[in-house]
Amino acid sequence: MKPAPFVHHAPRTLDEAVAVLAEVGHDGKVLAGGQSLIPMLSMRLAAPAHLVDINGVAGLDSLTVDGGYVRVGATVRHRGVERSEEGYAVLPLLRQALLNVAHPAIRNRGTTVGSIAHADAAGEMPSIAVLTDAVIEVRGPQGSREIAAGEFFTGPLETELAADELVTAVRFGRFAPGTRTGFVESARRSGDYAMAGVGVALTAAEGTVTAARASFVSVTDVPDVLDLTPVLAGASAGDIASRSDDLVTAVREHVAPEGDIHATADYRRMLAAELTRRLVAEVMSR
Amino acid sequence: MTTKMFGAPIKRREDPRLVTGGGRYLDDLGHTAYEAAFVRSPHAHARIVDIDVTDALETPGLVGIWTHEDLDGPVGENLPLLIPHPALIAPATGFALAKDEVNHVGEAIVLVVAENRYAAEDAVARIRVDYDFLPVVVGLETARTAANLVHDHAPGNISAHLLQEVGDVETAMAGAPHRLSLDLAIERSACMPMEGKGVYARWDTDAEHLTLWSSTQTSTGVRAAVAARLGLPLAKVDCITPDVGGGFGVKIMHPWPEEVLIPWAARLLGHDVKWTEDRREHFISSAHERGQLQEVEVGFDDEGRVLALDVKFWHDNGAYTPYGIIVPIITATQLLGPYKPGAYRVEFWSMFTNTVLVTPYRGAGRPQGCFAMERTMDAIADYLGVDRAEVRSRNFILPEEMPYDHGLMFQDGRPLKYDSGDFPASLAKLKALVGWDDFAPYREQAASEGRRVGLGIGCYVEGTGVGPYEGAHVVIETSGRVNVATGLTTQGQGHQTAFAQIVADELGVPIETVHVTTGDTRRMAYAVGTFASRAAVMSGNAIALAARAAKAKALKIAADALEVSEDDLEIIDGVIGVKGLPEASMPIGTTAVLSNPLRYAFDEAAKAATQFAGTFDPDKPPVADDEEPGLEGKDFYSPTQATFANGMHAAIVETDPVTAEIKILRYCVIHDCGTMINPMIVEGQVHGGVAQGVGGALYERMVYDEFGQLLNASFMDFLIPYASEVPHVEADHLETPSPLNPLGIKGAGEAGCIPVSAVIASAIEDAEGFPITSMPISPGDLWELRQQHDRGELPSLRRTTAESAKEKS
Ligand SMILES: Cc1cc2nc3c(=O)[nH]c(=O)nc-3n(C[C@H](O)[C@H](O)[C@H](O)COP(=O)(O)OP(=O)(O)OC[C@H]3O[C@@H](n4cnc5c(N)ncnc54)[C@H](O)[C@@H]3O)c2cc1C
Repeated sequence: MKPAPFVHHAPRTLDEAVAVLAEVGHDGKVLAGGQSLIPMLSMRLAAPAHLVDINGVAGLDSLTVDGGYVRVGATVRHRGVERSEEGYAVLPLLRQALLNVAHPAIRNRGTTVGSIAHADAAGEMPSIAVLTDAVIEVRGPQGSREIAAGEFFTGPLETELAADELVTAVRFGRFAPGTRTGFVESARRSGDYAMAGVGVALTAAEGTVTAARASFVSVTDVPDVLDLTPVLAGASAGDIASRSDDLVTAVREHVAPEGDIHATADYRRMLAAELTRRLVAEVMSR
Repeated sequence: MTTKMFGAPIKRREDPRLVTGGGRYLDDLGHTAYEAAFVRSPHAHARIVDIDVTDALETPGLVGIWTHEDLDGPVGENLPLLIPHPALIAPATGFALAKDEVNHVGEAIVLVVAENRYAAEDAVARIRVDYDFLPVVVGLETARTAANLVHDHAPGNISAHLLQEVGDVETAMAGAPHRLSLDLAIERSACMPMEGKGVYARWDTDAEHLTLWSSTQTSTGVRAAVAARLGLPLAKVDCITPDVGGGFGVKIMHPWPEEVLIPWAARLLGHDVKWTEDRREHFISSAHERGQLQEVEVGFDDEGRVLALDVKFWHDNGAYTPYGIIVPIITATQLLGPYKPGAYRVEFWSMFTNTVLVTPYRGAGRPQGCFAMERTMDAIADYLGVDRAEVRSRNFILPEEMPYDHGLMFQDGRPLKYDSGDFPASLAKLKALVGWDDFAPYREQAASEGRRVGLGIGCYVEGTGVGPYEGAHVVIETSGRVNVATGLTTQGQGHQTAFAQIVADELGVPIETVHVTTGDTRRMAYAVGTFASRAAVMSGNAIALAARAAKAKALKIAADALEVSEDDLEIIDGVIGVKGLPEASMPIGTTAVLSNPLRYAFDEAAKAATQFAGTFDPDKPPVADDEEPGLEGKDFYSPTQATFANGMHAAIVETDPVTAEIKILRYCVIHDCGTMINPMIVEGQVHGGVAQGVGGALYERMVYDEFGQLLNASFMDFLIPYASEVPHVEADHLETPSPLNPLGIKGAGEAGCIPVSAVIASAIEDAEGFPITSMPISPGDLWELRQQHDRGELPSLRRTTAESAKEKS
């Protein structure tokens, strides 16, 4: 469990980082919090010859709230996002979801942007990225570009990102006024990757739902949004239970879980549907 | 008066050091040593055709590469069979490095030594081994079919077969008014100490002396094994156990291949060599336990008294049997728990599979035995419609029946004879603690809220403190410092505290002056090891005896010096005084000075002692014929049989009606380990045991695929419960002292984990209304069982059927 030899690059500026990355190309990997990459190196599941460590790159470590979004820089730790009062005030979903990402020790090091770049379908934050219509800010040898979260994830652990590009920040979009959010998951042990998880955003006007969407963790191969507006529109806290069957059906049809040693596909499908039903009821009751 | 230490819940003296990073574990030693790594078999069963190291020779930092052909003399021979047994008809042990064939994934094939572990792993990655594949046997079901064999010399894949019977089971069964049979299964788990194994060896070329550090549960055993393998006189080998980050059984197995190879390489290279096991190695190359299939048939009367118990089980021993058949023997005997069936027959087959070997893990076969017995008790209760606790109590051995001889042979080859215990009293305490009789209304209340809860119970008896012996050496220095050495090792049990408490009381000295050394063969060459809940019983009593010897000598010297009778003396706070005469006294250290006629005045104690020196008799030798210089006591404790601790646990669980998630709401323990040296340490042991038990009941399994690949060989996928998964443990004690030893102690180390799977199964069954026969159980498993039950493939409990019939009418 020791990594194969690699060259460690420690650029101080974004330009430097991009230049090194362009030079080493497919033989290089960006190192952020290391909470996913280092275990893979130690088990020699990956053996890149170069690590481009972005932790010392100036200007990547801030979280800012601007009118329409919460912008998280590439070296902001999960914990920083989770604890940001400013972020919580405008987008509580970030904290709601982040409390489910591993344990504090890992959140102290792992980055939210790294988690999105890593694109694990069992990760919470890719799912939150799509649910919030986030924008992924990317920098490469050709300059900067932006990718909508909905287009960013192309498969399990696969994204639109080219080998010589890095993500500099992610902008999580704010919801329409009157939107309440929630997140819930079930894992074998607290802090483990979920067997199934779900985030919802319910927009209501005068007590009745006008729009509803959900995204999932661990039960879809790429994170995507399920529009629940057709199922929930017009529902109120009092009669939300009457929509349960339709809601459960909608989720069951949307998700496409795979079984593994911790839970079968059938179980995960049931779990995703039941968690969604409970979460919707809970968010409506607030 | 000195405060009494024995029995006091004082805080562990070693903890400030250990929890602030002051521990010295194996990998904290030997920073300049070369480091080893191994090519380990990626295949579960194969013949080794060719090993090509050419490419690896180019690796920067490489020191050497060795395969089996390079191992000379006993180093290359089969590893020893530690505990032979007549029933072990086809034993098998591996080699330090595989010879011709591998029998499980993870078996070591090539030893690589390099300047550091990184370079060693680089070289490992460049070694190519060619294999001819052989058919793989995984799982007991496959092993039983014997379509393929793990070892050609073991037909049927059977390594051992043992049958024991007391009474006439056939007749008793035939005459029983009621009969039930159960098919049960327990899956594999493992010790998983936080610190894996590790060995560090230093060869002194000039002195031709080997010093060896191992993260072991037996330094004397490792020392003897290594001396024999390396052809060294015992006097030229020392084995020291540094701080050990947990053992739980896996480190009592010895010698591990690495314990032989690392010293061998150190001697060959004339350079320190170290190996620190990584987590993946620990998963695939050390040892597992627990896996069994069981068939129980029970005959009982209308009251639920067991008239005949007939148990057959199959035990998965993995690829080799270096530790013999201790685990299934313990299952077979300890299965009986606190009960006295009319007649008992137990038969087991220990089976080879192409998986990592099986050696004792905390509880060592008892959790499985307890599971079989307790599932049976619940089944009887359900069949008769009698309260589950009541059925148990009707089968209890009563206090007035102690000592109770089951007529069976225990793991130590001695009679299975319980020395003590008051099972009815323990049960009464448990029922009060958990609120047994108030559970029905609680369940109804919960049901009205749409919640499902269940109550479970499990009882066990644990043979602890097995022999053959343990020794202790107590040395009192002139400063009054007391050095205590015992040979068994410490892997977190708090020996620095518990053993010192014994000595403080025996000698009458402040505990701060007592210093305990364990697991260092330089200080105590004869010892057995720390396993089988034996340290407190064995070393605890040996230490008490040794301290008494030292005290007797101190009193004799003081009596001479103070010119009083020994009977008039007492030791309080390290000062020997004449009872009722406070001015006539001397510190215990002064008697240490007086005990040695070579009295150079190096320190104040020696100077002060001159006033007591008196005149000497020129006709007598300075050291009397029956005396030794120095203030020391040495003694050994060797019991005729094991002591039997016991306990009873109850749990309340809640299962989610939709998602089948399982939550333990309460966990209650009544524990009887005889006299307690330190109740806080005992409780800590119980808590840790329960935590491991919860792991075995709800989380941990070794997921092998049909090719013998362990699919979850990491802490990401092998689910040890976190603190957040372990319930708060409510514990209470009953102290029935053991009549067998001077201190009245029974062992406590393994207790906590033994009944947990039985208890949780009992509680889930109670919540769900259908039988639970296989553990561990995950939410997914329970959800699956519910569906089988809904489809009518799984019967309801009789009490559930009765209740729903009542509701309908
Ligand atoms: C025990 C444990 C439990 C965990 N549990 C969870 C969990 O429950 N849920 C969860 O979501 N995660 C979990 N994680 C993973 C954790 O959240 C990681 O922090 C996260 O997945 C990756 O972030 P990182 O900063 O550590 O990235 P790194 O490990 O440094 O990198 C991960 C990958 O992303 C790439 N990358 C990182 N940053 C960038 C960037 N700016 N631009 C381009 N590529 C980049 C790297 O090249 C690498 O391929 C767990 C980790 C551990 C060790």
